[in-house]
Amino acid sequence: MAVPTAFFAVFFAYPVAAIVTRGLREGGRWRFGRIGEVLTDPEILRVLWFTAWQAVVSTGLTLLVALPAAYVFARFEFPGKRLLRAVVAVPFVLPTVVVGSAFLALLGRGGMLDDLWGVRLDTTVWAILLAHVFFNFGVVVRSVGGLWSQLDPRQEEAARVLGAGRFEAWRRVTLPALGPAVAAAALMVFLFTFTSFGVIQILGGPKYSTLEVEIYQQTAQFLDLPTAAVLTLVQFAAVATILALHAWTVRRRESTLKLVDAAHTSRRPRGAAQWALLWAVLAVIVLLILVPLGVLVARSLDGPDGYGLTFYRALLSVPETGGTFVVAPIEAVWNSLQYAAVATLIALLVGGLAAAALTRRAGRLVRGFDALLMLPLGTSAVTVGFGFLITLDEPPLDLRSTWLLVPLAQALVGVPFVVRTMLPVLRAVDERLREAAAVLGASPWRAWREVDLPLVRRALLIAAGFAFAVSLGEFGATVFIARPDNPTLPVAVARLLGRAGELNYGQAMALSTVLMLVCAGALLALERLRTDRSGEF
Amino acid sequence: MTQSSTPLLRLDGVTVRFGERAALDAVDLEVVAHETVCVLGPSGSGKSTLLRAVAGLQAVDAGRVLLDGRDQAGVPTHRRGLGLMFQDHQLFPQRDVGGNVAFGLRMRGTRRDEVDRTVAGLLDMVGLPGAQRRAIAALSGGEQQRVALARALAPEPKLLMLDEPLGQLDRGLRERLVVELRQLFGRLGTTVLAVTHDQGEAFALADRVVVMRDGLIAQTGTPLEVWQRPASEFVARFLGFDNVVEATVHGEAADTPWGKVPVQPGAPQGPCRLLVRPAGVRLTGVRDGLPCTVTARTFRGDLVTLLLRPADGPPLEAACSLRDAPEAGTEVGVTFTAQDVVVLSVQPGSSTGN
Repeated sequence: MAVPTAFFAVFFAYPVAAIVTRGLREGGRWRFGRIGEVLTDPEILRVLWFTAWQAVVSTGLTLLVALPAAYVFARFEFPGKRLLRAVVAVPFVLPTVVVGSAFLALLGRGGMLDDLWGVRLDTTVWAILLAHVFFNFGVVVRSVGGLWSQLDPRQEEAARVLGAGRFEAWRRVTLPALGPAVAAAALMVFLFTFTSFGVIQILGGPKYSTLEVEIYQQTAQFLDLPTAAVLTLVQFAAVATILALHAWTVRRRESTLKLVDAAHTSRRPRGAAQWALLWAVLAVIVLLILVPLGVLVARSLDGPDGYGLTFYRALLSVPETGGTFVVAPIEAVWNSLQYAAVATLIALLVGGLAAAALTRRAGRLVRGFDALLMLPLGTSAVTVGFGFLITLDEPPLDLRSTWLLVPLAQALVGVPFVVRTMLPVLRAVDERLREAAAVLGASPWRAWREVDLPLVRRALLIAAGFAFAVSLGEFGATVFIARPDNPTLPVAVARLLGRAGELNYGQAMALSTVLMLVCAGALLALERLRTDRSGEF
Repeated sequence: MTQSSTPLLRLDGVTVRFGERAALDAVDLEVVAHETVCVLGPSGSGKSTLLRAVAGLQAVDAGRVLLDGRDQAGVPTHRRGLGLMFQDHQLFPQRDVGGNVAFGLRMRGTRRDEVDRTVAGLLDMVGLPGAQRRAIAALSGGEQQRVALARALAPEPKLLMLDEPLGQLDRGLRERLVVELRQLFGRLGTTVLAVTHDQGEAFALADRVVVMRDGLIAQTGTPLEVWQRPASEFVARFLGFDNVVEATVHGEAADTPWGKVPVQPGAPQGPCRLLVRPAGVRLTGVRDGLPCTVTARTFRGDLVTLLLRPADGPPLEAACSLRDAPEAGTEVGVTFTAQDVVVLSVQPGSSTGN
């Protein structure tokens, strides 16, 4: 527990605290009055209102679309189900920048809908909401659907025998069992959308701004640190509340359910209504997930002289005119892969140790630690990135000039995923298996190697994949600390999008496609390994 | 323990506490080589804790565990050289059958070819020849039990411990396996310490039965001794005998709520608790004995258990052959035979129900 604690203290608590301190202290005195000033600013209030509003609506829409899909995946057997399960998970690990570009390609100026019907949604709230649903659809389907498939259908049958109608049985038996999982998933979606950055940055235009975007603008553009500090605190408080609620619902879920093997609970759909539901869900998946990704790929190939690899070729060379790139954009691929690999190693080490510590001990303190590990997911990445810049620049922690800074910041978001994935599996290793090994003559170390490691190896690989994907896509913090000559993929995409011209736009699409393929490749490789004892997301 | 050699296992006042409650309360127990001892008791009586304490999986709060006369304090589980078959087997799910059976041998660094030979031999012996490559998940309950047994036997432990060895199997399989196990242990000369809550299993398997209650040993003896002469009301009721009443012994008869009941010569005199085994309850004509009404009949194979309501006193259970069993509602008379009447020692604070 010491290593993870130290890691979080130095690379999370310290930079965030430093930013807040810098913002709220002036001439050696605390200026808490600033909090009041900022929180009564009508402009800030508008941002707060929009942040909460869009998060609520995004969460509601996601549940509306994803719960029927969760049901279909849990209870029906149909060809291609495994592949589709993997497909719905792809958006979640896609970098927000890619999601933003995909929806831009679909809904934006010169996008597909613009071409076809002259419809543009890119500066409307609909684009944001759609992108959020796209992003979080898989979270709900997989976490709720995973549990749903393990609920014993015989419980509903028992209720039916006792005289409950089909819907009544669902409402009285399945829904209460599912409730905590739905609540936990909804809170996660709320958390992700509440702190949304990349999507809003790209799709929001000047009109719409969330807290996180506002923090970025206050910090990077207006250099108004006090306001940024107050907003960081507000976001911190909101996220801590959400996480506390989430921990509570997850615990309730763990304590009360009797689960069965998912393999025995699904069957082929029967009757017109069930087939219609299945097809409707498939249609939603195609429209919501495959179309935006497809359009992204299509746009990246749609060059000035017809379809071709023009934009991809442009990625290979240093642009003569540009000031933003001193290297060929394709270099970013190599940078990203290196950074993400190192970040994954750090996240595995820190997260693995934390998960092991959480498995061994119990109690209030440990539960607090558990929730604490999730905080980086919801804390303003912008703050973390900027905090890195101002705190890790002097001995003994002079890291600003090393390349290690980027992987460290990326590992911070990777750790919660590692912990979430490892924890259920580690907890499920029966203590008596270790005892059985000991009785047969295995020393404790040998027992760990012979019993724990083989059982955990899959989870470890899955955790590594998650950490790798989120590190690869990390944007908010990296955008601050990546050096101009070493941009990562998402940073390069954002830079290309930020500049005018068809070539830049096309290159952004091409680079996004590359990023998507790398992430999706990592994920699909993992889907083959994934056990049904999936993580707590 | 009449053998002069040191017992293989000796527990010397072993105490294990969980908070206030003593799971084992100063337990003394000896197991000599080649003996099969069965610890019998209801759940919560401390019998599983006993095995865990011997294996070193449970720290002992007081007392000593000795193997071959050597104190095991400070010896970790993996160096005690014991075998333990867990209640639900705890086979390693990620290994196949062969990998499970070979585990203990690998831990001792046994040579590969010897491991293979031993595994094959053991699988033959437990009736699963050639099952090395089968997956654990594909095994039935009975097969898992056999693999667990082979795994425990493979390193040739000096003492094999079984925790509810047949607990989860269905009745027919259980009865067959109990016989197989007894023959196997006899042939191999294995020393066995088993715990179970099933008296049938214990009596069929054991040379000696130890009945436990609340962390204390309630009775020790051969299956026959324990069955014929339960030491206390608790043991009697645990074995399924419910005809236990308050009584006062005078000479060769006892005064009970059922009237005079004959006891065997030499029975301790004075107030006591008295057990009448159902076999000792004889049906006669209504006028020849204690008048009773038959309230229920339960078939137990060739025998029928009758539940009788006497005019006075608590209900009585009687065993009679299928042919002689009267219908429910019949009025009968009852007499008692002395050889099936047992004077129980009175335990302070013992409960009357269970």
